[in-house]
Amino acid sequence: MFYRETGQFKTSYAADQSIFPILQDKIGVLLILAIAICVVPFVADNYLLETIFVPVLVFSMAAIGLNILTGYCGQLSLGTGGFMACGAFFSYKLATAFPELNIVLVFLLAGAGTAVVGVLFGLPSLRIKGFYLAVATLAAQFFLVWMFNKFGWWTNYSASGVISAPPREIFGIVVTGSGATPVVKYLFLLFAVALLALVAKNLVRSRIGRSWMAIRDMDIAAEIIGIRPLVAKLSAFAISSFYIGVAGALWAFVYTGSVEALAFEINRSFQVLFMIILGGLGSILGSFLGAIFIVLLPIALNVGMLAIDSTISVALVSHIEFMVFGALIIFFLIVEPHGLARLWQIGKEKLRLWPFPY
Amino acid sequence: MKPLHVVYWVVGAVVAIFAIGAFHLALAEIGWIPFFDWTFYFEVAAAGLLQGVMYSLVALGFVLIFKASGIFNFAQGSLVLFAALTMVGLMEFAERELGIELHWTISFLLTVGVMIAVAIAIERLVLRPLVNQPQIILFMATIGIFYFMDGFGQTLWGSDVKVLDVGMPIAAAVEPLGVRMNVYDLIAAGVGAVLVAVLAVFFQYTRIGRALRAVADDHQAALSVGIPLKTIWTIVWSVAGVVALVAGIMWGGKAGVQFSLALIAFKALPVLILGGFTSIPGAIVGGLIIGYGEQVAENFVGLAIGGAIQDWFAYMLALVFLLFRPQGLFGERIIERV
Repeated sequence: MFYRETGQFKTSYAADQSIFPILQDKIGVLLILAIAICVVPFVADNYLLETIFVPVLVFSMAAIGLNILTGYCGQLSLGTGGFMACGAFFSYKLATAFPELNIVLVFLLAGAGTAVVGVLFGLPSLRIKGFYLAVATLAAQFFLVWMFNKFGWWTNYSASGVISAPPREIFGIVVTGSGATPVVKYLFLLFAVALLALVAKNLVRSRIGRSWMAIRDMDIAAEIIGIRPLVAKLSAFAISSFYIGVAGALWAFVYTGSVEALAFEINRSFQVLFMIILGGLGSILGSFLGAIFIVLLPIALNVGMLAIDSTISVALVSHIEFMVFGALIIFFLIVEPHGLARLWQIGKEKLRLWPFPY
Repeated sequence: MKPLHVVYWVVGAVVAIFAIGAFHLALAEIGWIPFFDWTFYFEVAAAGLLQGVMYSLVALGFVLIFKASGIFNFAQGSLVLFAALTMVGLMEFAERELGIELHWTISFLLTVGVMIAVAIAIERLVLRPLVNQPQIILFMATIGIFYFMDGFGQTLWGSDVKVLDVGMPIAAAVEPLGVRMNVYDLIAAGVGAVLVAVLAVFFQYTRIGRALRAVADDHQAALSVGIPLKTIWTIVWSVAGVVALVAGIMWGGKAGVQFSLALIAFKALPVLILGGFTSIPGAIVGGLIIGYGEQVAENFVGLAIGGAIQDWFAYMLALVFLLFRPQGLFGERIIERV
């Protein structure tokens, strides 16, 4: 009844091509943003912000990055954790070597550095495809984590191999390290993620995004109609790695404050991969939905099991968590292989006709 | 493979081992690596090759399933863990609750039954509803199975390190020609060889084996001549489960049955891309190359650059091979049409 585009006529191409062509969508997104900025910081306590909102935002960024590579360009990658580690350690080295540098610039440079690494490890994609490539990206995963773990230079020779983010300010407010308050962390991340998500959304609608999708759908056909696979694939690797690198930097500097290379091992890669598969491959919205789902699921399971039986052992909880997690993933894949974003799409279709189904 | 090819490969392998040894000798002469010693080199090479057979055992399970159903089965590692856990768990359970000492062969047979049940469950609950989905979805589903089996096995049997004793010597060593080799590894290699031979005969000469090869060749053609695809998939997953059990016994007997068993899948993946996803000989040769390369690299070059390079060396080795042969050493040639 309320969700109709009846009467909303477009009089220009720009209006027709806007990201949210329907007025209700625009209002909805602005409403969500307004709530996220004005209401959440005052309503949610520090615990909620630290355990749910902040990680969801960081993971959303990583998921957008992987979605560009896997969802839009069709190159399955299992190296996400390694690239996040790149972002984290690059930004740490930059921030400690050049204390004067603005922290935003540090993050961007770390992302750019990760993009270079991503292109290097993306080179085999020109020759190998599919699961062979997926396994090849594991080389990046294991090599990068080994490198950051093994060479003290990356951690400034810290004895434990743990890096602690130095406090850095934006407009006089501490945003990084353990000194930052959860509200500041949350708002900073919110702006960063919203901005980069907007950039990503526009990228995938542009010429370059279309060439990625052409490569994904059929690379030989794309080549024949004049898309250069070299440029398309490597640009996808570069931009995807940039996002993942920034996510890794934010993880180390804003979310946890201190981190070691082992935090970015193979499980991290799978976690992000799950997010985009469950959220929806080839969908920016799906990246957010997947991140929310995967962050909330273990917390909900944990709380749920403790509520049922408070004497249950920690080991058993984690094993059952594994089981339920695996089972849920299979369940979701069976019910809706195209992810939560597709469910939302179906919901919208239904909403347009509601309450009269004809 | 023709017999002549096997001869070529064996001769080539011996030449390659000597050549790589000479290469390391040269590296040591110019001081890039700390030391080189031929006897030690051969011991490392032998240990690596035997280790490689163990990798092949895990990789075999992958290849079986990929050949028959085109599914990249990430859960093979967790099947290895689950099988080993079940076998030890059954023995412990019988001793604790029923007060009888279960011989490991009986436990082995019971576990084979369990693995077949698991295969049927996977086929019914996971694969059948996901028929006709793209490969990446099936791959993700196997990651789901991976998580589930890990959690299930440990919920059922507990997560502490278990000792699996099948009456094999752990520490004994023999020294033919002055090269020291671990007896356990030799036995494991022998078991692996027997398993491969049995599988080869099974695939080549039995009715079911022929059906399996037909399905691997072309699903639709196999269906249209009356081969029941669902039964075949169940059989393949059962066989993969039994292979996982053998691998689990070999690995678990050596290092104890514990969670890290599930992670040897990551060792089997480079073996796979090196050998080709669709080739059983590829899994064997790939395993040998990876096992050998990893040990030699770790013991000579690894010392020079900080150690613990096995984690990624195998992947890099496989990656270099892939740049020259994108389908792996023995994989089917990829032919693309628009």
